[in-house]
Amino acid sequence: MSKRVALEASHAVAEAARMANVDVISAYPITPQTHIPERLAEMVADGELNAAYIPVESEHSAMSACLGAAAIGARTFTATAGPGLEYMHNVLYVAPSMRLPVVMTVANRALSAPISIWGDHSDVMAVRDTGWIQVFCQNSQEAFDLTIWAFRVGEDRSVLFPVMVHLDGFPLSHVVEPMFLPGQADVDRFLPRFQYPYPLDPDRPMTHGALGPPDIYSEAKLAQEMALQESRNVILQAWKEFEDVFGRRYSPVEEYRTEGAETLLLAMGSYTETAKIVIDQRRDHGEAIGLISIRLWRPFPYEELRRAVKGAGRLIVFDRCISFGMGGPVFSEVRSALYDEDRRPKVVGFVGGLGGRDVPEKEFGYLIDRGKEVADRGSDRMMETVGIR
Amino acid sequence: MTDKPTWKDMHIGNIITDPGNASFRRTGDWRTEKPVLDKEMCVRCALCWIDCPDGAIRPCDDGYYEADLHYCKGCGICARICPAGAILMEEEGEQ
Repeated sequence: MSKRVALEASHAVAEAARMANVDVISAYPITPQTHIPERLAEMVADGELNAAYIPVESEHSAMSACLGAAAIGARTFTATAGPGLEYMHNVLYVAPSMRLPVVMTVANRALSAPISIWGDHSDVMAVRDTGWIQVFCQNSQEAFDLTIWAFRVGEDRSVLFPVMVHLDGFPLSHVVEPMFLPGQADVDRFLPRFQYPYPLDPDRPMTHGALGPPDIYSEAKLAQEMALQESRNVILQAWKEFEDVFGRRYSPVEEYRTEGAETLLLAMGSYTETAKIVIDQRRDHGEAIGLISIRLWRPFPYEELRRAVKGAGRLIVFDRCISFGMGGPVFSEVRSALYDEDRRPKVVGFVGGLGGRDVPEKEFGYLIDRGKEVADRGSDRMMETVGIR
Repeated sequence: MTDKPTWKDMHIGNIITDPGNASFRRTGDWRTEKPVLDKEMCVRCALCWIDCPDGAIRPCDDGYYEADLHYCKGCGICARICPAGAILMEEEGEQ
């Protein structure tokens, strides 16, 4: 049972955290923040949500408070964006290493300088190696769904990893969209109670976060990586269960009109929807073109990506971040992931949409035309750009 | 071959489920100075026992206190805190 509502994506995420019945929320409530912790603070104050809301003096403290909360077995949530995410950077590494399942929404934003509060993927790409499970959302519905799903996956006894849910800052986080809000009974059916197997408890003392000298640190890190790779089984299983309960299907790599496509476009997040419009127009004119969108960013979906691009001659990757001195980060990861394939598409990378710069349909048109040209004839540029003068 | 744990032996989150197990290991082997007590001067006030940050000083049956050199890190707090000046820090010799 679900009802159709119009909700700002940030409020949809807050609603998801409420319906997941979170125990602890800790957040730093000033720019760069979203309406997510604002709405949750209201819910707690109004008695709509029985949770401990811990306002702190910085994002570094917000994440630290979340670690402590998760370590006692509390269902824990926070949200941040842009510079706030970077400010909690060193604590971000601690959560997956200690196997503490925190769920965090990140409204993806640019990083200074020049000062920018607007959206791009610079913040995400700077934390891609922190060890969190990470997914990208295309719309409000997905932001709600993947938040509920994130608790299910992260808290699974065989996973126990924190999960970052990325949604584009402003074009998604601040936009009101129609969506289906499920009934509480369905959410409860999908999402079991969190039972952390090693909670801090005075009656059963144990040590969390001990020193790892050189003779054990490497083994600890390999164990962490193997466990993260292993988590993909539960990730897929949880998406299947989600479909059974709510009827919406999610996959690590979404394929859109890829059948028989000679050229593929790769986009992530909310721009996937803009790209779909352009793909539809071109398909209607008989062009053999399709779209793929990486939803599961970590652990990286090697198998699904290789399957999705099979048969295509060109793959045009759209990045909303520059890895300075290296080009587009998604581009380099995707091209590297395909290197061992005997027959792989020519991969071309574009950077655009930085710091809130809009990339409308016609820019995607340029990106496709220029991308095909570069794939076929090569280019002497290190990095192609779109919509940048 | 080695009997050291491999990555497969690591506990989830590297959690130590038997707390206090440091007492099974000698952790003071990197000390450069050790405390030496002069019983003639000691007034048995127990301040060294109370102030040792590592719990490495213990009360003895004869009413005095002694440092367990398997755990003492040689920080010198006991010598500094001793109101009778009965503890001197002595350099460890060459091994």
